[in-house]
Amino acid sequence: MSANGLFINYEFCTGCHSCEVACKKEHKLPKGQFGMHVLQDGPRQMLDGKWEFTYIPYPSHQCDLCTERTAEGRLPTCVHHCQAGVMEYGPLEELVKYAEKYPKSMIYSL
Amino acid sequence: MKFNENLYRKEKHWKEGEFDVYRNMQWTGPGCHEGCGVLFYVKDGKVDHIEGDPNDEFSRGRLCMRCLNMVDEAINNPTRLGHPLKRVGKRGENKWEQISWDEAYDMIEEHVRAAWDEIGPEAIVALEGTGRNVVWQIPLLEYSAFKSPNFGCGFLSGDSCYLPRCSASVGVMGGPAVVDCGQYDPRRYDNPEYKFPEVILQWGCNAVKTNADGFLGHWLVDCMKEGGSKLINVDPRVTWMGSRAEYNIQPRPGTDAAVAMAMINVVIEEDLYDHDFVENWCYGFDALRDEMKDKTPEWAAEIAWVDAEDIRGAARLYASGKPSAFHWGLSTDMTPNGVGQAHAFMVLEGITGNVDVPGGNYLATGPYGVDALYGCGYNYFISPELQEKRIGVEKYPMHKYGAAACAVGDEILLQLETEQPYQIKVMYLAGTNPIVNMAAEAPRVYKAMLNCPFIVVADMWMTPTATACADLVLPVAMSCERDSFREWWTPSRAITKITQYEEAKSDEEILVDLSLRLNGDNVPWHDVESLLNWVLAKDNAPRTWTELKDMMYEYNFQGYRRYESGKLRPDGQPGFNTMTGKLELQSCLLGALGYHDLPYFEEPPESPVSAPELYKEYPLVLTTGKRHWEFFHSEHRNMPTMREFRPEPTFDINPVDAEKYGIEDGQWVWIENQRGRCRQIAHLVPTMKEGTICADHGWSFPETEEAAPNLQGIWDVNINNLTTQCVVGETGYGAPYRCLLCKIYPVTEENSKVTPTQVVAQMIADAE
Repeated sequence: MSANGLFINYEFCTGCHSCEVACKKEHKLPKGQFGMHVLQDGPRQMLDGKWEFTYIPYPSHQCDLCTERTAEGRLPTCVHHCQAGVMEYGPLEELVKYAEKYPKSMIYSL
Repeated sequence: MKFNENLYRKEKHWKEGEFDVYRNMQWTGPGCHEGCGVLFYVKDGKVDHIEGDPNDEFSRGRLCMRCLNMVDEAINNPTRLGHPLKRVGKRGENKWEQISWDEAYDMIEEHVRAAWDEIGPEAIVALEGTGRNVVWQIPLLEYSAFKSPNFGCGFLSGDSCYLPRCSASVGVMGGPAVVDCGQYDPRRYDNPEYKFPEVILQWGCNAVKTNADGFLGHWLVDCMKEGGSKLINVDPRVTWMGSRAEYNIQPRPGTDAAVAMAMINVVIEEDLYDHDFVENWCYGFDALRDEMKDKTPEWAAEIAWVDAEDIRGAARLYASGKPSAFHWGLSTDMTPNGVGQAHAFMVLEGITGNVDVPGGNYLATGPYGVDALYGCGYNYFISPELQEKRIGVEKYPMHKYGAAACAVGDEILLQLETEQPYQIKVMYLAGTNPIVNMAAEAPRVYKAMLNCPFIVVADMWMTPTATACADLVLPVAMSCERDSFREWWTPSRAITKITQYEEAKSDEEILVDLSLRLNGDNVPWHDVESLLNWVLAKDNAPRTWTELKDMMYEYNFQGYRRYESGKLRPDGQPGFNTMTGKLELQSCLLGALGYHDLPYFEEPPESPVSAPELYKEYPLVLTTGKRHWEFFHSEHRNMPTMREFRPEPTFDINPVDAEKYGIEDGQWVWIENQRGRCRQIAHLVPTMKEGTICADHGWSFPETEEAAPNLQGIWDVNINNLTTQCVVGETGYGAPYRCLLCKIYPVTEENSKVTPTQVVAQMIADAE
């Protein structure tokens, strides 16, 4: 079994900050500190007139994949609470299956 | 990986190490319109932490940042109100004396009885804010304890939230139809009858942020992600949802009805409508067809400053979906043209055959069908003679026959100002903070409220409205501290009390206490449990609250196409619950009341077209009430984590307009019109429609001085310095909160010598 990681289907991330706040509460991170962090591209108009407006939730250096929670059998709190349901936690090799199903997605190995 | 079923259990309560875990429903406060399933982890009688309940079919474990942040910064926040407070200084001085509940009730009783004796119960007005767990409670308090018919909505001009839409829907299809994301059945998307919408039309709404009206916005994302739903977005802004849409139509605010009528024109003229449904289940198609004949996309495009081909394309795409779902938002209500616009929207749903079908728009009621809204107890407690004294209903009869028993807020304001035909003696405000949030022309409302001799505010915090106006402040319990229930759409959900904070009481407890004190011989309850059981039993609910409490929630899905099965009408006959039994494209009720009986468009009262002289001075269209993840209206400004993400009020402006007016991103800017001005920070964003700005509402800075004149800094940033009262639609519903005019200019020291705070303070001083 490979190591666990995070799958994120960024096409449908709405930028709602739930993952960030869930993480801050779980890890008691003070103002200005993040584990899971949401980066933003746009809104900017592309050559075809459509809009690029994309959020990328990204596990920064203070993300420990919720070691304590996962040891108890829980999901990482960002995955548990994601409003758009775009995050999955599990062995990297299983996450590839999600990537096949959901284009515009990424897998994080931590 | 799925959640662990050993850790997330289906029973109501279990022990987990040092914690008691309670499955519960969160609905105020601080709140929103939802009612998500939450797990409260309780230790030593205090909530320690919270998680989303993955076994709850409404929200399925997800939580927004406000709930995730709720334990430390709301439930256990020591700045909460914990005891009744009696004003000891002048109004606004913020000087209070802690008193007992008995003393507080004595004060209320004294003023209520004096009002009864001097004028009558109609001199007592109760107001509440929007759809958290003060929905039926305050109306029932008004009717049962104060014996008055005058319940109203916190000085929201034109009752511009949901009531215009819902009242129009009563006259067209017998009630509001809500996008079907499978929420009516606990199997949700796995219900074999369910179909994802092929097309979602979202109009005047950013559902993922607003979560309005009992609809969890991210359900639309579920449909897009799992069901491949295509999207059409109509909004002056291209929101994130818009960036995923096939069409973005960006109408000039207040012209949406014209665009919708042009879409009806396309659907009829291009023969894209559902002939079978129209012939068998709709009334007035020929009249509709005639009326819409010249409402072409070109006609609408010129009015709304959009592209006619986009209207055509959007209409074709919407009509092509089998099914299509139509999610419309608050903007529908925030124009005097709101009822006409809502009518056009329902016609679109109707003629395309998308009403009450899987994945379309489902006629929504609570599972038990009980009136747990503004009419709760109205006919039981208020005599027909007294019902005639409901303020404003003679002028606006739609309020008598519409969806909700509401006094007309604009008329309450006029009565406070003129004290005619009598002075309003007592006001009871619960879960509403009007001068910060929903009162248009907020300074005027502030001044008028001071004419009321006795004001009670029941809230969780010392709000600026409480500081400014209240004589008595009551501390209100939060969601986990209440026994209550919710039947705003589905399922029926119990709320169970788990913890107690200081002396805070729920609105239900206050209702029981006051009604027993003031009307003890006539109220059919003696405690909260019997009250809750009465509310359900009065309309023959199949369950008592006592039973529901143990079940936690209950669905009662009645199936689709109920116009065929007879489940939409009280007489059990097929059809819709309207005068003709059909979906009334031409509304008999609206017609009988003397209003437009077909969809219609009227320019907003202050628009580039209707007020060209004003437009020369105020060359930007102003829309207001931009929603953010961090806040629910005026709430959450006192929570550091929410302010970390959003510290200041901002308005959206297109960079083209910003350049024209010399404004840079991040700069403080004055927004002004003929009624007043406020300042907010410019957020330059190319997705904002040119010629239009979109401002924040509901701001306070609880970290600043609470006493007047500062009142937590509300006046300098209050967009309701610019909005207007008593300019409403023909029905009395709908006011132009989202279609006004303004000008903008950068804040300088020179042009900031007299602030709105000083202007308001002077106005109050002059009045005294």
